[in-house]
Amino acid sequence: MTAHRKEQIDGKRIKELLKQALPPVAPDAEPARDLWPAVLRRLDAEPAPVRAALASTPLKLPWFDWALIAGLIAFAAFFPATIPVFLYYL
Amino acid sequence: MPERSSSEPSGSVLDRFRRGDLDAFEDLFREHQRAVYGWILRIVRDTGAAEDLTVESFLRMHRACASFDPGRPFGPWARRVATRIALDWLRARPPETELDCDVAAALPALAAPDPGVAAEIRAKTAQAFARLPPRLRIAALLSLVEEQPHKEIAAALGITVTAAKLRVFRAVRLLRKDLELQGITP
Repeated sequence: MTAHRKEQIDGKRIKELLKQALPPVAPDAEPARDLWPAVLRRLDAEPAPVRAALASTPLKLPWFDWALIAGLIAFAAFFPATIPVFLYYL
Repeated sequence: MPERSSSEPSGSVLDRFRRGDLDAFEDLFREHQRAVYGWILRIVRDTGAAEDLTVESFLRMHRACASFDPGRPFGPWARRVATRIALDWLRARPPETELDCDVAAALPALAAPDPGVAAEIRAKTAQAFARLPPRLRIAALLSLVEEQPHKEIAAALGITVTAAKLRVFRAVRLLRKDLELQGITP
């Protein structure tokens, strides 16, 4: 018997054993209760979506980040030839 | 909590869901609740957990509504989200807790087990199955027990059909080895 044929037979036997050990779930299975109220309760308990929070909050950065950005802009304004070098290292 | 649209709804349910409309979300929930619950139940095999995970799946879908593509069907997307949540649940559970007899008895099974197959063999098979890695267990369960097409399993797991088949093959091989170690020759 070839190894492939043996694998096929093993697979079939294991499938039978599994079906005996773990019977398939009925296709018409449905929850015992309406789950929508539970979804609504969880939605109520959740904070507002992050994207809404982000949209309503102005961008907050520490002062030293602003200082660094301003310094870089000033540097680029005085030495425009360095801009491609910066872009290369980004 | 998101607002319900007071004005006349515009666009399809899927478009409105994408914009975060709660009425559209409820419509989709009512339409897909049973399918999502059934899919999760097939994976976790625990009715109470399946209900909780169904709620969790729909919450996750609501949170991710902006990333949903209304040009695609909702069902496969919902199934993928549900599969990920069920997989996380399986990973969080130690394998020995898989064999709760009360939970198994409460499961709405398609057919009763064959009395010709010894209870001991059934128990050992279930134990060996519970020891498989969760990602192999899901693939094997859906393919061998629930007889779902490989294409659907692959879509739900977010992998290729070949990868899904490979997982089933590896699961069978590991199961065979485990059963042989327990003195059961398949």
